[in-house]
Amino acid sequence: MSIAGTRAWNAAQLAASTLLGTFLLLPVAALLLTLRWTDFEGGLRHPLLLPALRLSLFTTGTSLSLVVVLGSLLAWWIARNPGRPARWLEAVSQLPAVIPPAVAGVGLLLAFGRRGLLGGILAERGIALAFTTPAVILAEAFVSAPFFVQAAIASFRRVDENLLVVARTLGASPFRAFVRVGLPLASPGLLAGAAMSWARSLGEFGATLLFAGNLTGRTQTLPLAVYAAMESDLRAAQALSLIMVTVAFAVLLVLRRVAPAGAIPVPEARRA
Amino acid sequence: MLEVRVGRRLGPLDLDVQLTLGRETMLLAGPNGAGKSTLLRLLLGVSRPDRGRVSLDGDVLFDASAGIDVPAEARALAYVPQDYALFPHLDVLRNATFGLSALDRRERVARAGSWLERLGASHLLRRFPAELSGGERQRVALARALARKPRAILLDEPFASLDPLARQELRAALGGWLRDWRLPALVVSHDPADAALADRIAVLEHGRIVQQGTLQDLRLAPASAFVSGLTRSEPHR
Repeated sequence: MSIAGTRAWNAAQLAASTLLGTFLLLPVAALLLTLRWTDFEGGLRHPLLLPALRLSLFTTGTSLSLVVVLGSLLAWWIARNPGRPARWLEAVSQLPAVIPPAVAGVGLLLAFGRRGLLGGILAERGIALAFTTPAVILAEAFVSAPFFVQAAIASFRRVDENLLVVARTLGASPFRAFVRVGLPLASPGLLAGAAMSWARSLGEFGATLLFAGNLTGRTQTLPLAVYAAMESDLRAAQALSLIMVTVAFAVLLVLRRVAPAGAIPVPEARRA
Repeated sequence: MLEVRVGRRLGPLDLDVQLTLGRETMLLAGPNGAGKSTLLRLLLGVSRPDRGRVSLDGDVLFDASAGIDVPAEARALAYVPQDYALFPHLDVLRNATFGLSALDRRERVARAGSWLERLGASHLLRRFPAELSGGERQRVALARALARKPRAILLDEPFASLDPLARQELRAALGGWLRDWRLPALVVSHDPADAALADRIAVLEHGRIVQQGTLQDLRLAPASAFVSGLTRSEPHR
């Protein structure tokens, strides 16, 4: 490439980076910069905040636990089986990431709602899921699972097959080889996947609204509280949003420190 | 004694092998794609033969017609792969005690420690695999495998990932150890220089044992071009 060509290429990269970087940062900055401190304090005292925060932490914690436990087993199976069923299951596990959340909400309602595929059977046994707190957990697990499962499959695939074979010859059952070799070696990737999955779950809105509704204290999570507050008081919505951004950012920051992407656990940290 | 008679069809490879291994070291040689690694996996129990029988000192490890398939963790076969497969997240001592979970902690450390010492690796206890040289890794991998008192040992290309100097040193050391341990040992290699390690050589080509015997036997009447190539070259390292 000529000198002029190289200059143009560098300039294009710089322009694109500046443009996209600013675009991505601006809305977050606007949340922060356009809010007066007194409004923020007012937002903190907003009656919707505390129930929504409590519910969000509870439901995202529960859905994350479900996704991590079930997702790890599923991802391990997919990563260690080369066959067609595993490939199909991998595609299925990615489906919720590409369908719109509102469509997910309709689907969940048609599956678990009172007259749904499975909901009808559950209703006969007195179990109603739709518009309850468990519905929130299901909606969050549904939309966030792909993020964890994909990261887990990728990390498990990086675990050298020979290590597992040797573990077996050293007396480890397949389960023990998974726990003592597979999990620790994949843990940085699993943590990163869990963080992404949790962030997605915390921000979940559409599927929750359609499948669980917007009932304060029962199904109104933080994003729904922001939506509800928007109707009466933009400043309160902004304060709630800022709290969500702070909580999400703090957790991601902590997880990034714990899990530098792709790295093997540091020896010194293990010894401590 | 390890007695093997197994068959397995895997893509283009149709493996059909009969081998008997006493308390001796056998070199399993063969060109790439001959089925050496597949055979090891069948013996270890991580992959299942279509037909045949494998027994060790009279105990059946696998018998297709009787429906016996002893799981890998219960076969008491030691395995040291080409890259030694030390667990990167565990230090040398934890690697060496990995297979000793049935013992209490003190016994575990004593047993693993004594094997590491015999193999000249006892000064590495707190080091991690990433901090070891190729030769040190091999010593630790051998100590880890032998600490479980295996009934036979399978080594896959034991010197392939070493530099020439370490290769020469460890080949001499391993030869001595294998004679001391008196275990049935199967060493997979395509390096003619490794033939000196072995009491007998078996040559695998296209899934079949085409010839077996001492180096002298093979040299006198090579059954294939591969065998004559294998035995013609003088051990040069």
